[in-house]
Amino acid sequence: MIDAPLLSINDLSVSYAIGNERARAVDGLSLTLGAGQRLGIVGESGSGKSTLALALMRLHKPPAMIDSGQILLGGTDILRLDQGALRKFRWSEVALIPQGAMNALNPVIKVREQMADTIRAHRRDMSARDINKRIDELLVRVGLSTSVAGLYPHELSGGMKQRVCIALAIVLEPKLIIADEPTSALDVVVQRVVIETLKDVQAQIGAAMIMIGHDMGLMAQSVDHLAVMYAGRLVDQAPIREFFRRPLHPYSQLLISSLPSPDETRPLAGIPGMQPSLLDLPAGCAFHPRCPLVQPICREVMPPLETVEPHRRVACHVVAEAYNVRA
Amino acid sequence: MSAPDLLNLEGVTVTFGGGIHKAPFVALEDLSLSIPTGAPEIIAVAGESGSGKTTLGRVILGLTKPVRGRVAFDGADIWATGAVHSRGYLRSVQAVFQDPFSVFNPFYPVEHLLRAPLKMFGIARGRAEQDERITTALRQVGLKPEQVVGRYPHQLSGGQRQRIVVARALMLRPRLIVADEPVSMIDASLRANVLENLRALRDEHGISILYITHDLATARQVSNRLYVLYRGRAVEIGAAGDVIGAPKHPYTQLLMSSIPRPDPDAPWPAEHVRKGEIGTSDRAACVFLDRCPHRMPICAKQPPDFMLGDGRAVSCYLYSDGRSETAAA
Amino acid sequence: MRAFLTNTIGGTLRPLANPRMSVGVGILLALVLLGLVGPMFVDVRLSEPISVRTNQPPSWAHPLGTDSGGRELIAVMIAGTPQTLKMGILAGFIGVLIGTFLGLISGYFGGWTDRIISAVTDTMLTIPPLAILLVVAAAVRAVNVESMALIIASLSWMYAARVVRAQTLSLREQSYVQMARLSGMGHMRILLAEIFPNMVPIAFASLVGATSGAILSGMGLEVLGLGPQNVPTLGMTIYWALLYAAFSRGMWWWWTPPVLILVLLFLALFLISSALDDFANPRLRSSR
Repeated sequence: MIDAPLLSINDLSVSYAIGNERARAVDGLSLTLGAGQRLGIVGESGSGKSTLALALMRLHKPPAMIDSGQILLGGTDILRLDQGALRKFRWSEVALIPQGAMNALNPVIKVREQMADTIRAHRRDMSARDINKRIDELLVRVGLSTSVAGLYPHELSGGMKQRVCIALAIVLEPKLIIADEPTSALDVVVQRVVIETLKDVQAQIGAAMIMIGHDMGLMAQSVDHLAVMYAGRLVDQAPIREFFRRPLHPYSQLLISSLPSPDETRPLAGIPGMQPSLLDLPAGCAFHPRCPLVQPICREVMPPLETVEPHRRVACHVVAEAYNVRA
Repeated sequence: MSAPDLLNLEGVTVTFGGGIHKAPFVALEDLSLSIPTGAPEIIAVAGESGSGKTTLGRVILGLTKPVRGRVAFDGADIWATGAVHSRGYLRSVQAVFQDPFSVFNPFYPVEHLLRAPLKMFGIARGRAEQDERITTALRQVGLKPEQVVGRYPHQLSGGQRQRIVVARALMLRPRLIVADEPVSMIDASLRANVLENLRALRDEHGISILYITHDLATARQVSNRLYVLYRGRAVEIGAAGDVIGAPKHPYTQLLMSSIPRPDPDAPWPAEHVRKGEIGTSDRAACVFLDRCPHRMPICAKQPPDFMLGDGRAVSCYLYSDGRSETAAA
Repeated sequence: MRAFLTNTIGGTLRPLANPRMSVGVGILLALVLLGLVGPMFVDVRLSEPISVRTNQPPSWAHPLGTDSGGRELIAVMIAGTPQTLKMGILAGFIGVLIGTFLGLISGYFGGWTDRIISAVTDTMLTIPPLAILLVVAAAVRAVNVESMALIIASLSWMYAARVVRAQTLSLREQSYVQMARLSGMGHMRILLAEIFPNMVPIAFASLVGATSGAILSGMGLEVLGLGPQNVPTLGMTIYWALLYAAFSRGMWWWWTPPVLILVLLFLALFLISSALDDFANPRLRSSR
């Protein structure tokens, strides 16, 4: 990537206390993201992708706990901020569009009021007139008419509500937007509109974006780098074109081949087995019980994430062997 | 005519609400659909939310009574004969719902869902016989009984839960299953298994399935016929491969082009349909009027009939030079 | 059935892990124990009037002193606490039973059934219960603990009915209820086997609330002299203390013990119900 990344996550671990045990939901994850870049993070439910999104804003709640690591955004370590600094930092530097954001809008408060509240909370000095001007500008930017401001959220469709949430996220022009499943529960036509809106505003304000999801097709259309998580670990990362043209990790290959195609009829191929419980991970590579290419070493040694090509990192013994990166 | 159709819907209309000054909301309008006896098939019903596809499922399950039209099962009108309230009908028409969590009562271990109908329909009275049927059904959908029996719903994955629901349907040997978005809440990697189970229900057990979905890709993989609904009306009907392979109605074309392809080099095509979401144009005209890029003066005057032949029907004036048919395939 | 039981027991015992719950249950058990073990050490017959010398301050012979009616107060406490508890729990139980039944019916069936039951519930809620209690208790001359419980229950079931109805409305829309219909279950079976078990934590939580409410209402009546006349209760002790001006005569030993026990009782019930709230409301639970 580029020399001075906007975001760099170093060896981040987040765990949940379950009874007396600790489940590592994010395990030793490192990645970097340049200004204006779009990174997708995919994984099955329980792979740790949503936990990561919350931890990046320190919005995780007990029993989740950050065990170790660094999250540097523009040189500031988010994990070292005190509560006051953190409040300022959230929204103005990083904005989150959480999963099901549109249902988080208060149904009995008009859109204008909710947006004004957010602006006021961070920009105390802004006059009411400027705030209203800003709201209209934001709504136009996400492709809505300014009259939407006078409506209640329950009068809006799902796609419109989600666009209001995008407008709320860019109120302070953050440097990084995190979108967790921004189009789940939306229809395919609306999904396209929302994603295109998100990409447009992200490019306009020059923010970087992390999009979390499980729909590979949507990722192909939305991001320029893709990272795959499995059982809390980053297992594959690649520029989007290379990822789809030549997936390296066996899990990534299966994720792509299990996609049903609208353009041809072919036998359906799922991924056999299921993701292991975080409390009971198999020895070695966590994916080995489901892996078609499994080798004896995979059952014993956890493969490290290794750079196999410029901008490509994979955690797989078989791939490492093929690239001869292993000593 | 030989044996009556397994299921025959004729001109089914469902409306909600409405009053003296307010027109009722039309959830489903003049819909006809039939599934023959003896030739099991999977019929996909596709559309956005608000298209009426879920209402259609509820009509077939007997949970919603149409305001107009006829729902016949084995040739008998289920509402006129009261069959809809009979256990026989309940058993013949079963459901697989979207959310594979909320169909399980959190209070009971998962096999409660399988045991209850065995008891209620008097299929297996003794506990041992019930257990045997349950384990057989679980094995048939590829689950290991010892890994699921006695567990509570939150202890299983979405895919496992949905397969238990399919196992339940299988065990009851219904003649028709209404599957409403059965895989939309399941991780992509586990979807194939559930869809494979549905296909097996048709091919090996002769059960017809109404597959309600918003996902044309999975519809193409498993279904024989496809109904595309928009705002309560069927706009395109035909063999699933034909419709998805070469969509004719502008709405079907929009749906197809909106699917994000897993290929960064095949971006969404430039938008040829007016921006906006589900429309609100007058129901006395074509329902797609306000979003259609090809609209003509006639489209605003009256809703189009079904056009084209050969088992393919499109409700659009663009195809009016073709043969006109009043009834759908 | 075994799974059914383990789940019920597991579901009921899980909240015991909460410290508030254990303290609350502990206090409650101590009070019950007082009534059970006390009679072995203290002659409870001394709680009858004119059994000891009047107006004695605490001493070795009479650890809590005696009142102006010639009752030994420690005997009154030991005999009275279980009576008060019994009345409260009985009233709470009957009230919640009626409320749960009506709430289930009205929430599940909706329509006219719901409209009628809700109208009655709402009307009853607007009537000040103490006013009715006064009239009823004054009309029913020979009140005993059981009939008082019944009277109080008949005026307090509405709270449980409301809570249970609201919960039933949401459970009714769960897919598992639809699934039960498709499994050929009848309405009554669905109510009892599918909906009711999920209502147990809520019913239990409102039982605790109803019990403390009933004790409070009972106290009100007793302090006004409308309680059971021939059984010693905590409220009746306060009534006599008020009547004989124990406050102004400096007879602190007369009114302190019943007030203290009541405070403990309410504290225990409050702790239990707040712990149950945590349990029944997962949103509170997660933000520990």
